[in-house]
Parts: sequence; structure tokens; C-alpha cells
Amino acid sequence: MARAARERSEQEREIGDWDPVTERLTHRLMLASAAPTAAVVIAVVLSSIVLLISGSNPLAAYADMVQHASKLETQVDILNRATPLYLSGVAAAIGFRMNLFNIGVEGQYLLAFIVAAHLGAQIEVPSVLHITFILVIAMAVGGAFSGAAGVLKVTRGVNEVISTIMLNAVVISGLAAWWIVAWQAGGEISATGGRVGTEPIAESGLLPDINSWLEVFTREIGLGKKLTGVLVVAVVVGVVYHVILNRTVFGFDLRSSGANPTASHVGGVSPKRMVVIAMTLSGAVAGLVGMTELMNTGYYPSNPISLLGFTGIAVALLGRNHPAGVGVAALVFAFLDVSSGILQISGAASREIVEIMKGVIILTAVIAYEVVRRMREREEAAAAAAAMASSPAAAS
Amino acid sequence: MAPAIELTGITKRFPGVVANDDIHLEVAEGEIHAICGENGAGKSTLMKILYGMQPPDSGTIRIRGEAVALNSPAQAIDLGIGMVHQHFMLADQLTVLENVILGAEPMRSLGRIDFQTGREHLDEVGRAYGLDINAHDLVETLEVGERQRVEIIKVLYRGAKILILDEPTAVLVPQEVDELFRNIRELKAGGATILFIDHKLDEVLEIADTITVLRQGRTVGTVKPDEVTAHDLAEMMIGSELPVPDAGASTVTEEAALELSGLRVAGEGDRAVVDDVTLSVHRGEIVGIAGVEGNGQAELVNAIIGIQDPDQGVITLLGRDITHVSVRHRREMGLGYVPQDRHRDGLLLGFTLWENAALGHQTEKPYSRGPWLSRPGMRGRANRIKEDFDVRSPNIEVSAHALSGGNQQKLIVGREMVADPAVLIANHPTRGIDVGAQAAVWDDIREARSRGLATLLVSADLDELIGLSDTIVVMLRGRLVARLDPNDVTPRDLGAYMTGAALEAERTGGNS
Repeated sequence: MARAARERSEQEREIGDWDPVTERLTHRLMLASAAPTAAVVIAVVLSSIVLLISGSNPLAAYADMVQHASKLETQVDILNRATPLYLSGVAAAIGFRMNLFNIGVEGQYLLAFIVAAHLGAQIEVPSVLHITFILVIAMAVGGAFSGAAGVLKVTRGVNEVISTIMLNAVVISGLAAWWIVAWQAGGEISATGGRVGTEPIAESGLLPDINSWLEVFTREIGLGKKLTGVLVVAVVVGVVYHVILNRTVFGFDLRSSGANPTASHVGGVSPKRMVVIAMTLSGAVAGLVGMTELMNTGYYPSNPISLLGFTGIAVALLGRNHPAGVGVAALVFAFLDVSSGILQISGAASREIVEIMKGVIILTAVIAYEVVRRMREREEAAAAAAAMASSPAAAS
Repeated sequence: MAPAIELTGITKRFPGVVANDDIHLEVAEGEIHAICGENGAGKSTLMKILYGMQPPDSGTIRIRGEAVALNSPAQAIDLGIGMVHQHFMLADQLTVLENVILGAEPMRSLGRIDFQTGREHLDEVGRAYGLDINAHDLVETLEVGERQRVEIIKVLYRGAKILILDEPTAVLVPQEVDELFRNIRELKAGGATILFIDHKLDEVLEIADTITVLRQGRTVGTVKPDEVTAHDLAEMMIGSELPVPDAGASTVTEEAALELSGLRVAGEGDRAVVDDVTLSVHRGEIVGIAGVEGNGQAELVNAIIGIQDPDQGVITLLGRDITHVSVRHRREMGLGYVPQDRHRDGLLLGFTLWENAALGHQTEKPYSRGPWLSRPGMRGRANRIKEDFDVRSPNIEVSAHALSGGNQQKLIVGREMVADPAVLIANHPTRGIDVGAQAAVWDDIREARSRGLATLLVSADLDELIGLSDTIVVMLRGRLVARLDPNDVTPRDLGAYMTGAALEAERTGGNS
């Protein structure tokens, strides 16, 4: 009997121990979501003011945007836009976690895009192999190109911001321009009648759309819109990123080395090694950014969708480098991008308003995060001081 | 005449620590006043208050008889108070003149800098205080002592009459110290008041007109150098009521856990900063390394833990050669480390306590299994450390920066001890923490020693060294120059060995 009672009381204590944990968790969650929510609200208010000043009706503009976004076809557009933004955001986030600013996602994905498009067109093998081959090439090229900046940093002390900016220039105005001339055998017909773009990849190399997956929950998708299969790849990348970062020793090494390289070094993590690995992984994910377009069209065109790399930095910033946070941020940015089109058509407001909104969201998010961080720090310091004061006199 | 500086009842608290507790200090016009005290006695905090970097919680500051509220260094400078920091703040690629006028440039029309006036003023200051420097030398070409002189001139140039020198001799070699002292006397002759922070007692006795001793954030007393000996000062600094570290009965075994043989570490320009060091630490033994800071202890420790590669010699841990083995592998083999600078080398300040509890041991059980982290394992260990090592914190979910210094240190010591290391490198393990935490850390090390831990203790606290160690070795200019028995050595003797004075005496004694 006594034992049963003791067991029960132990159980109760366990539950009792759990309570403050869950309470803290909800508190933390609230603090964590307060910042981005505040950022969006403030951004809406400021954008409204800008709209009013420019003589548009903000309510009409927002109504247009929301109404447009409620259409299934628009949602497909948003997801198709969010997919590369998410990958780009995760690529930047991996760098940020290691305290590295990989500003070269832009160059990395364009290089990976053109090389994967070219090599993918050279072979014809069963579909699974062909698709895997293209994705692996893209990740390898992006990873190697970014890893080079990491190697430069640890061996020669070249700041990764400088080297990746330079490498961007090498790709964007150099290699890509040169190779597209060398490899132009397919793609669209230019105004002068010549072909501009790499040779198209055979059907077996293209990731099929996943319209049917979405249609299980909805009606049939119209207007010939195709939901990119790369979305699945992006989700997998997000899950793997989360698991590696938070659940593995390697992820702990990466986070600790990013937060305090010397303490982490003393703790057995070589900071140089982590820099090279983080840059390589960041580049490998960056390599997937162009796959949404490649898997849709099958070739690298003369004017690929660009600037995704730079937007990814903003997406990572808004999403706090958190796997789910980056996902939400990518959706917000994709929604704004897609909405700019409808604003132009409906004439409710100038399409540039979405650029202002993006800027304001980022700015307010950065400020709000900092405010919340300080609040949390103060709370913890107060709690720790209270614990010291209330516990029995110091061991003297 | 009103004193240059008069502090009454200065109190400053930080979360969990009283850095300054009702401090009284009076500095007469034109004197050299030394402030001594151990690390963590509150010297730096007091000087920061006086220089306007931190406001006191209570108390009054009077400058030349007038009560003032100092809220910024700019205000302090206006009142003629200047500070020479221990770490120089000079731009290497600029000339002496450019560095001196930086931020206080005399201007001509159209925003042009009036170098001519600046130069004249600089020369005037140099002449008035007998400080000799070439205004057009590039700072990067100057010796350490000369750079320090530039720092002093920089402060004088801004009209300072009261100079605060924060441990000015810490970075100097003996000849440079002599030169500095000559300069300080010139400054005094020129009418300046000097507040001189130091913990090297012979230096203080040599240069100061008046000495104020701080301990645990309080003023212990103010004395004249001719009334006291270095021994008296040491007692004032340490205080007889403080817990005295005591190792108890010897537990030294025959089994060597850590062996260094012929270890050499090259510093800048291939100069040996650790020179032919041979040493062994046995199971159950605490070997203390004494030495004035900067004599190669840091590099020796870095070589042992594996973040600096020695260029000669062999390091053996439990019989295995680890000279070029990775840090992680050494840790896994049972090498524990308590770093000197816990914020830089010991903690992830923004991370939770349970994550910090795993730092350095993340590849070991129960923190992880294979490549996977075990959160229950990490939390469980963290809770155990919190209980067993008395880490005062509301829970293990707070981040490390919320803890006071002493509790952070207890967390680090606990983390290393629960891993049950074979060898512990304790690098200034009680620096800057309160007495209670200090005693706790000593207990932990002693307790582990009785279980067979081999400890290499590097410390600047001579009583800690004498009280805890089974053997003391003295490190001077990268070499081990003496091996002493803590049972028959006093802090004073140890000090003599550390400066090399005792060796010289032995040599001349042997010759005569």
C-alpha cells in the first residue's frame, strides 16, 4: 500500500514537473509568434498609409489581394513561387546558423541550374535515375561552388560575403552567359529566330507535377496550372534541415560553433571544418532553387527566374532560420509576389506596393525580434536572480 | 586643499553580485595612488564608475571637492579624468599624431584638420610631462611600451589631470616597467594625479605614494608603502577569514595520467612561448603551475587540450600519444577542461543550461547515442549538475547568460566533473567568482582528486596554488624553472620564483 502511494506521489510529482514546462513552452511560443505577427500588422498599417498617400483605397487593394489568393489556381501559383523561395531561404539559414552570410545563393543556384540542365539533357535513363541524377548534379554544383568560398575563408581568411558576391558575378555575367552560348541548342526561339537556351531535357528527367495530390482535397485545378513536384523536395529538405539541426550531434556542433566558435572549439568542434561544411550544405540546398523552373520547362532559358537568392536572405531573416518559420516567410513573400499581378490588373493600387510591404515586414520583423529577445533576456535574468535570492544562503 | 577624488559609499550591484560595496576612497592632488586587490575584488568596476562608464547604484563622487554625476566618459574627460585601458585602442596604420588627435581634431576652415596646431599641442604635452615620442612614427612600428606612452599622451592631450591606469604593467617586460615608472614620476612632477591599478605587490610598493586595498568589493584599508611589507599587503588583499584551500592528505599515486615531454610551442616569429616543458601529472595528484601571466601558461594549456599544435615534444594521456589528436578525441578519452574565460571558451551564452551542460561532451553518453542527440539525456544530466553542484537557477531552460559568474563557473565545473575525466585542466578555475562559489569549486576538485583525478591547475591565486597543489612548478618565459613543495613555500617565496628573482639569488649565492 505504502509503495503504491509512493508511486502515485512520484507520478504526481512527474506531472507536477511537467506543468511548468508546458506552461513555459506556450509562453515561449507566444513570445516567438508575437514578433512576426506584430511585424505583419505594422507592415499592413504602414502600407495602408502609403496607399492612402498615393491616392489608392487600401481596403480595396487588400480585398483584391485576398480574393485573388482565395482562388485555387492562385494558390498553386503561390506554392510554385514559395517552393524556390523556401529552398533559397533554407540555404541562407544554414549559413546564418553558422554565423556565415552566404550572399552567393543567387550565383550558386543559377550555376547549378545551367549545369544540371545541360548534363541532364545529355542522357536518357529511366525516370527515377534521371531525376535523381539531375537533382544530385544541381546539389553537387551548388555545394562545390559555395564550399569553395568556405575553403577560401578558412585557408586564406577571405570573408565569405566578399567571395560569394564575387562568385555571383562570375556566374551571372560570366559562366552562365558563356555556357548558354556554347550550349544553346534548344529552348525558346529568340526574336531573330535563333535558339536561346540549353537543349531540353527528355521527359524522363522531369519531375511530374503533383496536381493529383492537391486535387484529392480540392476540385480540379484549371487554367493549365501545374503544382510543382519540387514542392515535395522542398518539404523533405525542410524536415531534414530540422532533424539534422536539432536532433543530431552534427547539428549541435553547427549551432554551437556558429554561436561561439572558440567555446565550441574547446569543446571539440573545429570551427574551420564547420565553416566549410556549412557553406557546402548551404550551397547544396541553393542548388535546388532553380529546379522548380527546370522541372517545369526542361531547359535553362536566356532569362531564368532570377533574384530568388537575394530574396531568400530576407525569407530566412523573417523566418528566423527556423525550418517552419522560413516556410511561413516563403509563403508570405510568395503571396505578395503573386498579388502584385492582380493589383496591376484590377488597378486598385500600384503593384510596387508589395515591394514596400516586403521591405516594411522585414524591417519591423527585425525590430520586433530584437524587442522580444530583450524581453526574454530580462525575464530570465530576473528569474535567475530570484532563484539565487530565495535559495538558502550561499555555500559559505 | 580638497582631494582630487573623493568617493564615499560607492555601491554597485550586478545580478547576483555586489561588485562594489560601500567603497570609500580619497586621492590627494598630485599623488600616485595605487588600488590593489585580487581579481574580482571590484577594482575594474570602481574605475569604470569613476570614468563614467557605469553609474553607481549609490554613493557620491567628488572631484576637487565638487559632487558630480558621471554618466559618460565624455563627462569624465571634461572633468579632466582620463583612462588608459589595459588593452590599447590605437589604429596601427596611423601615425602617433593622428592617433592622438583622433576624435579631438583641431579644425581649420572647410573641415580640414589642423595638423600643425595638433602637432604643437602634442609637443607641448610631451615637454610638460617629460614624455618622449616621435609624432610621425607609425603606431605599428612601435614597441608595446611606446604604444602605452601614446595612450597616455592621448589622454593628456585631452586635458586630463587625473589619470587612471588600468593594470599598465600587465603587458610590459621588466625594462619597460622601469621606463613606465620613470614616466609616471614625470607625470607626477608635471602636476598630474595618478590612479594606478595593479595586483603586483612589489610594483605597487615601488611606485605608489598611497595604497588602497580592495577585497570582495569593499575597501579594506589605505596605507603608505613605507608602513607595510608585500606580505602585509597580500594578507590585506586575501583576508584571513577567507576559506583557505587545503588539499588534505596526499592521494598521489604512481600512475602517470598526463605526461608532457620536451614540449615546445612556437609563438610569433618562431620564438618559443613554451620551451622544452617536461612534466607529469599522476592519478590523484594536483600539479599547480605558478607564473606571472603571459609566461606561456595559456599556450601550454592550449597545446594540451589540442587547440594549438606544439611543434616539438610529446603529450601522453593515459599512456597514449595524443600530441596531434583532435580536441574531440582527447575529450572523449577523458580530458576535462575548465577554461580561464568562461564567456569566451566555456559557454554558449544564448543557449539553455541543458545545451551548455552538453558542450564539449555532446558525442558522449548520455548526451547522445550515435549521431543522435538525446534530449532526455541532456536534460537529465543538466538537472543532476544543477543539484549536485548547486547551480542557482530557476530551471535548466533559462539561457546561460542569465546566471551570475559564480553559477556559470559551477555549471562548467559540474559539466566537466560529471563526465568523470581522468585528467582535468583547470585554468584559473576560480577567477572572478565570489567566495562561496570559489570554495565550492575547490571542494569539487579535491573530491575528484580523492577519486583519482589528475589535475593540472593553472592559477594566479598563490594561496589557491599552495593550498590545493601536491606539487607546484613555476613557469617563467616558457620554461619550467622550479619545482616546489607547497608544504614549505610561502606566497612570498613563490612570487620571488615567478619573477625570476629567486633563481638569480640562487645563482649568485652559489657562485659566492
